[in-house]
Amino acid sequence: MKEQTFMPSTETLFERTSDTTMIMNMGPQHPSTHGVLRVVLELEGETVVNLDCQIGYLHTGMEKEGEYQQYLKCVTMTDRMDYLSANGNNLVYSLAVEKLLDIEIPPRGQALRVMLAELSRIASHCVWLGTHALDLGAMTPFFWIFREREKILDMFEMFSGVRMMPSWIVPGGLRGDMPEGFEEKLRAFLKEFSPALEEVEGLLVSNPIWKERTIGVGVMTAEEALAYGCSGPIARAAGLAFDLRKSNPYCGYELYDFAIPVASNGDVYDRFLVRLAEMRESVKILQQVIDGLPEGPWSSSDRKVVPPPREELDTSMESLIHHFKLWTEGFAPPVGEAYAAIEGPKGELGCYIVSDGSNKPYRFHMRPSSFMNLQALRPMSIGHLIADVVAIIGSIDIVLGEIDR
Amino acid sequence: MPIPIYQGERLEVVCVRERFPNAIIRVKEYRDDTFICVDRESIADVATFLRDDERLQYTYFVECTCVDYSSWPHERDLPGRFEVIYNLYSLKYRSRIFLKIGVDDGQEVPTLVGVYPGAEYPEREVWDLYGVRFRGHPKLHRFLLPDDWVGHPLRKDFPLGGEDVVFAQNTVGPAVEDESVPHAGESFEGRTGSEDVSGR
Repeated sequence: MKEQTFMPSTETLFERTSDTTMIMNMGPQHPSTHGVLRVVLELEGETVVNLDCQIGYLHTGMEKEGEYQQYLKCVTMTDRMDYLSANGNNLVYSLAVEKLLDIEIPPRGQALRVMLAELSRIASHCVWLGTHALDLGAMTPFFWIFREREKILDMFEMFSGVRMMPSWIVPGGLRGDMPEGFEEKLRAFLKEFSPALEEVEGLLVSNPIWKERTIGVGVMTAEEALAYGCSGPIARAAGLAFDLRKSNPYCGYELYDFAIPVASNGDVYDRFLVRLAEMRESVKILQQVIDGLPEGPWSSSDRKVVPPPREELDTSMESLIHHFKLWTEGFAPPVGEAYAAIEGPKGELGCYIVSDGSNKPYRFHMRPSSFMNLQALRPMSIGHLIADVVAIIGSIDIVLGEIDR
Repeated sequence: MPIPIYQGERLEVVCVRERFPNAIIRVKEYRDDTFICVDRESIADVATFLRDDERLQYTYFVECTCVDYSSWPHERDLPGRFEVIYNLYSLKYRSRIFLKIGVDDGQEVPTLVGVYPGAEYPEREVWDLYGVRFRGHPKLHRFLLPDDWVGHPLRKDFPLGGEDVVFAQNTVGPAVEDESVPHAGESFEGRTGSEDVSGR
């Protein structure tokens, strides 16, 4: 077997600009690189002159694998990309497949999807808040906010039996209805969450050490952010009121009353404030969803895509055929290509699928928000101290599972 | 504000056609999305125009990706083995436009890094996984895969599950060129993942 090198030489990444600089590795095992990200830094003293990211340590070829899976099975692949907000990934994949199939989801299904996606957003922001604070030396927020995240994961478990990778949103609707006792649990959570968030905020928002570390660090303007393909909190912290939930609504987001939090300076501190405000807005959306949850079916009635309910199988031959066909062959969307996008917790999350009319996607591609947002690390970090790079990585909020896929 | 339509065509299509009369090969509408198939060499000019034109303002580079159409059984939009798809977004109209170019094995595509700096990573990824070369790209080397990887795995002729198992001792997987290797993920056609696919 030929020898494989897992640590490529730094010479291939960039040339040193002068003799006085030093090339240094950060990662891939560095605790504040949020997974296995390797950042190669060129330093002049402690100041960053240039940097480049080496990724791929978690590359598992999910896009290739997806081409060999039936559409329904491919859902589980998406969970494992951004594993901190798996429901969002399921949702965007389902939206892309539904766009190809040209089917509509009934209102209850839409509302439940919004509910799961917003819970996922809060859970993802909880992890970001905890780890970002931990990177900068504040340990308490991590434990306090993870207590809240546990409650969300418990709710996912009620839905699907799985905490992190529910795969509950599938093309055609959901795998099932909201379980009994969920509503009370969600209401209790919504009541407890805002005070808990306030508690954590109290540790950081006006903390002089925190402000010292974050204000004026990693500034990115709105124009830069867009040209670098950065969306989500990075763009909003720079003053752009750009949110796909408002600009191109999906799943009935236009029915809910919520604001887009915007800041103006585009530094680490502003991104921090924007995400905190976003969690509050998500709570507002969740409250509206649960108060006005429509009755009725939660999945499309198209039997070519959604399996019939179990009780129909005993009485209807047609249902039995549909059931059998769906769980063996799956369904085959018409020939074409479709791109669907949602506002994920980290920015625009997209899914591009090309169908050749068979029961497997011809091309399955995710547009991961972290992958594009990571590009902002270089322009943000140049000229800053090496310790600020840690703060900037935390504020970009990356998930390496999604970057490497 | 929805994007204006002139005689059944979106404003972008009309503007691009007016500025570059020969660049558009065809325009495809599918499920409310518009795909403009443009000439490969003029992609950077068209993208610059879409970005800078006051009427359009496509300032947000969403992504670019690639599709290998070598085993495509249907009619194609463009000639060439691969299609590179650029995804742009205008905050002015809250609209999205797709630019597509066709490229064959060994041909080069002008890079968009000079137009949108955000094209750097996705173009690197496309080169890594598909082997489509971008002319003028500052860092076109392995990105997701190890430096010494052979081949481009998202191509349709690259077998699934055919690579060396790195952490097993004294085992050698089949070569990349060996096309007779069954694809491990194909479960419905009778092959299952448990079959010995690596020839060991």
